[in-house]
Amino acid sequence: MVGIKSYGAYIPRYRINHNTIFSAVGFLGTFPPPGENAIANHDEDTLSMAVAAGVDCLNGMKREEIDGLYLATTSQPYMLRQNSALIAAALDLQNSIRTADFVGSTKSGTSALLSAFDAVKGGTSTNVLVCASDCRVSKPGSSQEHLYGDAAAAVLMGSDDVIATLEGHFSVSYDFPDRWKATSEKFEHAWEDRFIRDAGYAKIIPETISGLLKKYNLAITDFTKIAFPDLYPREHAAIVKRLGADPGQIQGSLLDKVGDTGSASPLMMLVAALEDAKPGDKIMIASFGNGSDAMFFQVTENIKKMGKRRGIKKNLETKKELASYEKYLAFRNLTPVELGMRGEIGFRTPMSTLFRERKTVLALCGSKCKRCGTPQYPPQRICVNPDCGAVDQMEGYRFSDKKGVLFTYTGDNLAASIDPPAIYGFVDFDGGGRFWFDITDCDLDSTKVGMPVEMTFRRRYVDESGGVYGYSWKAMPVRA
Amino acid sequence: MAEGIKDKVAIIGMGCTKFGELWDKGAEDLMVDSFQECIEDAGIEKKDIQAAWFGVHFEEQSVGKGATSMALALKLPFIPVTRVENFCATGTEALRGACYGVASGAYDIALALGVEKLKDTGYGGLPGGPGLMGSRNALIMPKITAPGSFAMMATRYFAVYGLSPEEGKKMLARVSAKSHHNGSLNPKAHLRREITVEQVMNAPIIAWPLGLFDCCGVSDGSAAAIVTTAEMAKKFRPDPVYIKSLQIALSSGEELMYTKWDGAHVETGLRAGALAYKEAGVKDPRKEISMAEVHDCFSITEAVTMEDLQFSPRGKVKEDIEAGRFNLDGEQPVQPDGGLKCFGHPIGASGLRMMYEMYKQLQGKAQLPERQLKNPKLGLTHNMGGFPAMNIVSVAIVGL
Repeated sequence: MVGIKSYGAYIPRYRINHNTIFSAVGFLGTFPPPGENAIANHDEDTLSMAVAAGVDCLNGMKREEIDGLYLATTSQPYMLRQNSALIAAALDLQNSIRTADFVGSTKSGTSALLSAFDAVKGGTSTNVLVCASDCRVSKPGSSQEHLYGDAAAAVLMGSDDVIATLEGHFSVSYDFPDRWKATSEKFEHAWEDRFIRDAGYAKIIPETISGLLKKYNLAITDFTKIAFPDLYPREHAAIVKRLGADPGQIQGSLLDKVGDTGSASPLMMLVAALEDAKPGDKIMIASFGNGSDAMFFQVTENIKKMGKRRGIKKNLETKKELASYEKYLAFRNLTPVELGMRGEIGFRTPMSTLFRERKTVLALCGSKCKRCGTPQYPPQRICVNPDCGAVDQMEGYRFSDKKGVLFTYTGDNLAASIDPPAIYGFVDFDGGGRFWFDITDCDLDSTKVGMPVEMTFRRRYVDESGGVYGYSWKAMPVRA
Repeated sequence: MAEGIKDKVAIIGMGCTKFGELWDKGAEDLMVDSFQECIEDAGIEKKDIQAAWFGVHFEEQSVGKGATSMALALKLPFIPVTRVENFCATGTEALRGACYGVASGAYDIALALGVEKLKDTGYGGLPGGPGLMGSRNALIMPKITAPGSFAMMATRYFAVYGLSPEEGKKMLARVSAKSHHNGSLNPKAHLRREITVEQVMNAPIIAWPLGLFDCCGVSDGSAAAIVTTAEMAKKFRPDPVYIKSLQIALSSGEELMYTKWDGAHVETGLRAGALAYKEAGVKDPRKEISMAEVHDCFSITEAVTMEDLQFSPRGKVKEDIEAGRFNLDGEQPVQPDGGLKCFGHPIGASGLRMMYEMYKQLQGKAQLPERQLKNPKLGLTHNMGGFPAMNIVSVAIVGL
């Protein structure tokens, strides 16, 4: 049976309280409800979060068996240069893989999941990783600003050892113009909320859920958990009531903890539901955006064998408040800030170097000496072990999934950084290998020699004149 | 069997500009200034010079590539001029080229000149930029600055030897306060104010744990030397200074990528020092080296260098610093001219500036009596380029 083999999620460390936003731009007349949003760090974006969710999902899975990777988003960094191919490179997946970007609608997460299902069911793919991620930049003072949060979820679709089988699905599509954005625009537009709520949300979601029930001759009470975006909490409750569902069947809200995570939202709720699921549970999810996809899953015995995941719960637990709205604006490049002339030195990304070194840069792959066993980064042809020195006796060695300890560090106020001091140091990897890395999601005061660290894929720079987003791996304190 | 260059080459003339933020002088002006002092001191004419070595690091900030800028500025008459560059050890590389040119028998008289015009960038610190370490490194290396890279060695030193940040910073503060005292006596130094240990410790942090006064200045300057064969040297002056050794060691990648290095010393410093002592026949550096100018780009660099050069036992430099061993009136004065700390670090010039101080001290010609050391026998210069984990160290020993 085709279904979910594994899941993962990523919620960035920073949260911004709605009050922080309100006290800065509340004069513009937007009144947010209580709560907080997950905020990507200055070095995070849609792709870095998608990789983090993918890493969580692939924990303990065989990466060489993945033959499909779909990205679902409405905030892809690149219009040209396939974003999913970049994610596949960062995850060190094989070259013989199908990659595709599902973009342009917040239902893209479920669209990608359904396409992955079709591909596995049709036999054209075996294991398809779906990463749904959104890091949407909103206009300061807009209602989207306090509504949207940044996060990513990942689901691995396959046909063996599935933890939940995909039993059915139903979709509707409308050119419903609730939100839109032209190719050249930085911010989205929205029609008035009453229109979105009453003409769209309140009609389209019941239509797709009812369609699913009718198609498979199911009753709403058959489901253990039902999850659909709660963009309008009061209307959300009204829909539940109209459907005849018990509030206890409804998956808990993430709106006041993470925010509306766009394309990731239905998959985030699916992951949250799976975290608490028992064999035999029936889970329904539905998306919202230019229509809706509804699908339902039946949880299998394999759920008991699921390895440890950060998922939603662990990611929610580890957080740090971003108390400065101005810093948030700087992180999102919404206000010009002084980086000093050192920070203005241009850098043209050498694309041919990047391609030649793609495994080194994007996948954090080094080499391991077949003669003496020493792992080394970046990959070497001559072994760095002074007692070995073997020539061309190397095999590939991936460091991105290795933990390590901080050998030494500094907090540098001279280096240009949007969030000074720039913290960097040396990592001694468990199992061998040493190199220097930026350290992120980290505070200088709590940084210590010998501190356990893990690796995280981040956006290292934006080369504006060249139109390039540069990515590589950084170290960070091990997140609980 | 190679026998090294001990006592085969002598320095017969040197020149050194005042170092500082010389807003009204370009690199070419600085070259002319150090060169004219140098040939006047040597008592030779320009036409006597048969070959020249030219050291400059950040050529894009000032003179451009190649060696033509020096040939043109000094109007050298169609002689071979070679440009050398090896990070912050560039100045000593220029001297090494000239000395080997003479030692080989190819030339009788050669010029080494280093220059750097740093103060045309518009910002503090050394010129930066992601491309400085090559294109692959630009894609994977953190944006490491010079103070940050050495700060990581201080962090490591404190951890390895169990020093609290306060203890460690105090040890380092004494290094800087000592150099500022020496610099205050030197008319050619850039920074000429005494500072207290408390001022150093309370200064704004540049890269934790290093503060402003743990960092050397950023300056413009030039220094030059004329070298000749040992046989000819006394024809030019009664007190030529002989090269006893001139060694250099480069990182192998072991420090950066292998897990054996302790991060609390500079491996190349240890290696280059040992090679230099062997070439010069020095058995006990702590006793035999009368004075030294070492690469104190940061206070921690000088501290670990005392151990790398075997002036202090490993891990024990704190005791020597506290005992005042390296003070101007101590047993083994280090940075008698004020060091990089007070001269600043015009990259291409620094190695030759260090040698200028050793040369003048050996000749008894330090400008002021209160600066002159009593009967020094052997002087050592230590010029380091790069980061503690990936670098070049050159060590030169000279004597009368």
